[in-house]
Amino acid sequence: MSVLRPLDKLPSLNTATILLVGIEDALLQQLADSMLKEDCASELKVHLAKSLPLPSSVNRPRIDLIVFVINLHSKYSLQNTEESLRHVDASFFLGKVCFLATGAGRESHCSIHRHTVVKLAHTYQSPLLYCDLEVEAFRATMAQRLVRMLQVCAGHVPGVSALNLLSLLRSSEGPSLEDM
Amino acid sequence: MDSYDASESTPRQSTSSRPEDYFIGATFLQKRLESVRKQTSFVPTPPRRKIPHCSLLQEDVDLQKVAFLLHKQWTLYSLTPLYKFSYSNLKEYSRLLNAFIVAEKQKGLAVEVGEDFNIKVIFSTLLGIKGTQRDPEAFLVQILSKSQLPSENRESKVLWTGWFCCIFGDSLLETVSEDFTCLPLFLANGTESNTAIIGTWFQKTFDCYFSPLAINAFNLSWMAAMWTACKMDHYVATTEFLWSVPCSPQSLDISYAIHPEDAKALWDSVHKTPGEVTQEEVDLFMDCLYSHFHRHFKIHLSATRLVRVSTSVASAHTDGKIKILCHKYLIGVLAYLTELAIFQIE
Repeated sequence: MSVLRPLDKLPSLNTATILLVGIEDALLQQLADSMLKEDCASELKVHLAKSLPLPSSVNRPRIDLIVFVINLHSKYSLQNTEESLRHVDASFFLGKVCFLATGAGRESHCSIHRHTVVKLAHTYQSPLLYCDLEVEAFRATMAQRLVRMLQVCAGHVPGVSALNLLSLLRSSEGPSLEDM
Repeated sequence: MDSYDASESTPRQSTSSRPEDYFIGATFLQKRLESVRKQTSFVPTPPRRKIPHCSLLQEDVDLQKVAFLLHKQWTLYSLTPLYKFSYSNLKEYSRLLNAFIVAEKQKGLAVEVGEDFNIKVIFSTLLGIKGTQRDPEAFLVQILSKSQLPSENRESKVLWTGWFCCIFGDSLLETVSEDFTCLPLFLANGTESNTAIIGTWFQKTFDCYFSPLAINAFNLSWMAAMWTACKMDHYVATTEFLWSVPCSPQSLDISYAIHPEDAKALWDSVHKTPGEVTQEEVDLFMDCLYSHFHRHFKIHLSATRLVRVSTSVASAHTDGKIKILCHKYLIGVLAYLTELAIFQIE
């Protein structure tokens, strides 16, 4: 099973699973820890992966939200993300995928222009979030935000679906047509 | 819905009347203003549009006059516009700065045993270091030490040099009023203490602000591509890159040297449109280097940070240090640095 599909497994009771994909192990681990510290009505499961495809030998629950973490300091992380995106089924992109760009605070270390990531998010019709995962306070806020998004994507918030959330997030930051 | 229709119609008018948007001078500030007017959301476009090729920016700069600017390491700063600076008062400024420096040194801020306070400050204009006619003239500040003994040769030693310039600074020139002189790029060579003293004097006298100009890896790769693209008669230095690998406890440095003709051959195979450099070409050029390295050493250079680029045209370090080696492309190198400085100011 090399392609991730959103609905190929049955959901477990009151469980929400998030998959964080990125090459920076330490950052992902820290983000996962921050998320697990959050107060949440549903049971949270956080999976970490360096890249996709995931090994099919492991028995894992249905994934509700995939977050691709791109480090703006390293072109390799962008290439890794682009490679991994090929192993995600198209129906995942209806609100269950999100991009997280880290490292924008230290402008002197950036090797990717912000616009490249914006264009990537626009191509995949998914929201792009910015957060300096190295800073404790920002990480905690982002963890909170991701937990809320995860709850919506897992269907635990009555009245709001992943697709609703996606259209809400997109209307405020669509790039103008002539720039594309 | 009416406002939506109105904003849709304006882009067509504005793109035809603003050709400078597609030129090197389209800046952050301009784009922001434009997007506010159009009521669209703001997306900054990187220099993925075409930048005029280095060779087009060759000016007939007299080698004699600028020889002292080459082969020296300059530290870069960006400078906000100077208020009420006048080119006719240069002698006056020399006197004032001289007095200031002597006063500062005697205050005990930079006490060195045996240092003579017989220094001379000279302000002079540098002719020909400009991009368009609108750019203000570049000027130079030098601190020379006067030898006290008459029996010694009269040649005074240059202690510190600094020069201010502006190349193709149209975007900044348009936004400031008449009283301001825009010279956003400042290059200094000499001791840090002297740079600090002179910076303080300028900040007090002209109400401006210096900030060190750091060059990030993205811009360094652009410089590498642009300078490799420059046509040279003979190459004086190998093309060399230096990457810093972030690992604990000490960071590791990887240095990669290429024969300049090979680098030029690689660029020529990547380069499509003559006279322009695009983002895709720069990315492809760097990716070729990365994949070659990976094939041999199994190290992903794209995961590391580029800190230094050195070619026969010029060499630049991420801390904001530059050394220009070729007088033919002096203006081209300065033009890109001016753009970075203006971007930092805004």
